[in-house]
Amino acid sequence: MDFLNALVAILNFVVIPAAAYGAQLALGALGVTLIYGILRFSNFAHGDTMAFGTGLVILVTWGLQALGISLGPLPVALLALPIGIVLCSVFVLGTDRVVYRFYRKKKSEPIIMVMASVGVMFVMNGLTRLLIGVDEIRFDDGARFLISVQDFKAWTGLTEGLALRLSQALTLVVTALCCWALFRFLNKSRSGKAMRAYADNEDLALLSGIDPERIVRLTWIIATALAVTAGTLYGLDKSFKAFNYFQILLPIFAAAIVGGLGSPLGAVAGGFIVAFSEVAVTYPWKKIATYLGFQPEGLLQLLSTEYKFAVSFVILIVVLLFRPTGLFRGKAY
Amino acid sequence: MKKLLLASVAGAVFAGAAGADEIKLGISLGLTGPLESISPAMQKGAELAIKEVSESGKFLEGSTVSSAVADNTCVDAAASVAAVERLVSEGVKGIMGGMCSGETIASLEKVGVPNGIVMISPSATSPALSTIDDKGFFFRTAPSDARQGEVMADIVLEKGIKSVAITYTNNDYGKGLADSFANSYKAKGGAVTIVAAHDDGKADYSAEVAALAAAGGDALVVAGYADQGGSGVIQGSLDTGAFSTFVLPDGMVNNTLVEKFGDQLETSFGQNPSAEGEGHDKFAELAKDAGFDGTSAYAGESYDSSALIMLAMQAAKSTDAKVYKDKVMDVANAPGEKIYPGELAKALELIAAGQDVDYVGATSVELVEPGESAGVYREVDFKGGKLNVIGYR
Repeated sequence: MDFLNALVAILNFVVIPAAAYGAQLALGALGVTLIYGILRFSNFAHGDTMAFGTGLVILVTWGLQALGISLGPLPVALLALPIGIVLCSVFVLGTDRVVYRFYRKKKSEPIIMVMASVGVMFVMNGLTRLLIGVDEIRFDDGARFLISVQDFKAWTGLTEGLALRLSQALTLVVTALCCWALFRFLNKSRSGKAMRAYADNEDLALLSGIDPERIVRLTWIIATALAVTAGTLYGLDKSFKAFNYFQILLPIFAAAIVGGLGSPLGAVAGGFIVAFSEVAVTYPWKKIATYLGFQPEGLLQLLSTEYKFAVSFVILIVVLLFRPTGLFRGKAY
Repeated sequence: MKKLLLASVAGAVFAGAAGADEIKLGISLGLTGPLESISPAMQKGAELAIKEVSESGKFLEGSTVSSAVADNTCVDAAASVAAVERLVSEGVKGIMGGMCSGETIASLEKVGVPNGIVMISPSATSPALSTIDDKGFFFRTAPSDARQGEVMADIVLEKGIKSVAITYTNNDYGKGLADSFANSYKAKGGAVTIVAAHDDGKADYSAEVAALAAAGGDALVVAGYADQGGSGVIQGSLDTGAFSTFVLPDGMVNNTLVEKFGDQLETSFGQNPSAEGEGHDKFAELAKDAGFDGTSAYAGESYDSSALIMLAMQAAKSTDAKVYKDKVMDVANAPGEKIYPGELAKALELIAAGQDVDYVGATSVELVEPGESAGVYREVDFKGGKLNVIGYR
């Protein structure tokens, strides 16, 4: 019984929240890594693409709700998501046309593209705030919990409770679907193969008849779809606040770099590594140890929670020192 | 060169002397940032007092007062220093502000004291500001958190809660309050299981919630901001069933929290500095006429802060901070005729006639050394999904 209690406590406070957060980071990191691998620069505007796209999704959600549409237990935002992706993609393709294409034509250094993306980031930052404001917005409707703490305790008779929110389950399922579809697309479809060829060698790809502008457009659309999906899931799980999306850029980049920039598999692994290290390293193991029959004096906490961000950066530094291309052998331009 | 010096000295003397002038008062608030939701009411509170004094025609032989507003962001000390520097360069004679403890310390040390400008803060509550070397230029109409920590410890113990976990927002305000509460709670016989910081505006608070839950406790003390990490931690705790009772100090007690969590805060309680009585009610009425909510956190303190600056100027017959800073305590405290909100014209008249005033204002102002409010707290709970006031202490 005590062993079960220990297990449930870990699931409730470490595994489930970290898995959901990790999935959100993984989706974000996938977009970053795709752009890095194919367009060859680190896109700093990614966090704000998430915010802008999510803002659009929220507006569409409100519209659908006003029309009286409901998905039962599922949030209406899922229905609004594809529309948000389309609108946001149009905007992102516009930024490519106005900003990035110019530098691409000139074959500018990646660092120039990065700086251009910082500019785009500030513009999108402002646009998002004009569009939807700075306040915190909750747009989740439908059921909140799949399993709530009270129900779980009643069912099992354990002293520890377990909560699984619908948004957490949804995040994991949608992320798994997205990864599956993306890997299938990259490995099996003609366009996916063309994208990988373009990523490996631009000139050879051009010689074999691949249209580079088409590849670029496709990359932006896929990255935007991933960003808006990640942003919406994050917003459903926590809440929408433009400022937080700007902050989430940091762990997303940490995830992408740990996994290896340019490697989609690495991005997913990196997302989970960052999330789990943040939660697990600062977790006090006292309660678990007590359940397992020990009588610890202190809290058994490795690091206090102030240092949780240090954890992912320490991992980042260690990886860069010993395996500069990341755990999954990404690219370096 | 000599002439120039003489001229500037003469200029300074002239500027310090009373005459029908236009006088500028600075308002330094976090209009953007973690406390952006309570700043507007504070700004309106301060401007209400300024308008009242200005329109009375009795201030320093008919001088008028206008305000200059600067956004100190609450969290960014450098931005706050720049904002207050701008106010000083615009020629303000005193500043109502800063708002948050960290930026107030920075702007006071870097701008206020070196330039000799009086700053009266309505809401900076860190105990560190009691011991700061302010050369007599700093006052606050908010009490120090050393006092709030004690009051909060008393309330928690009276509810029969013997062990708590504490989380605080990682800045001067949060740390100061968490420390003063933990010390006085332990001294009174309570047990603190863990003290964990959280940073504002972060993507995820699972790690903090996990740590707090693992350490356990009958209630969770959240010394944070309602707009920020504070509610992130509460949300996580409610969802995972880690805590159901929250102890909420001043940064958390407002309607944002109620709108967000509604009836999930049934067993939670808290306190914030706020006075009851005649002054409070009068201010609420004045505010209502002026079109804002006078019961919003620190709105009354803001009115009182700017009123005190102007009354001290009147008492010193000078707008020179080096002169009128010594009068602030005199006008704030007894003896003298009690002055309530809306009676600033009367106060100006009395002072001009050489009589003593005892400014009560919206928040029962009583300044203790070294120039801060003694502090009246209202105790609140959240039964029925509403913010209810249960008493004052």
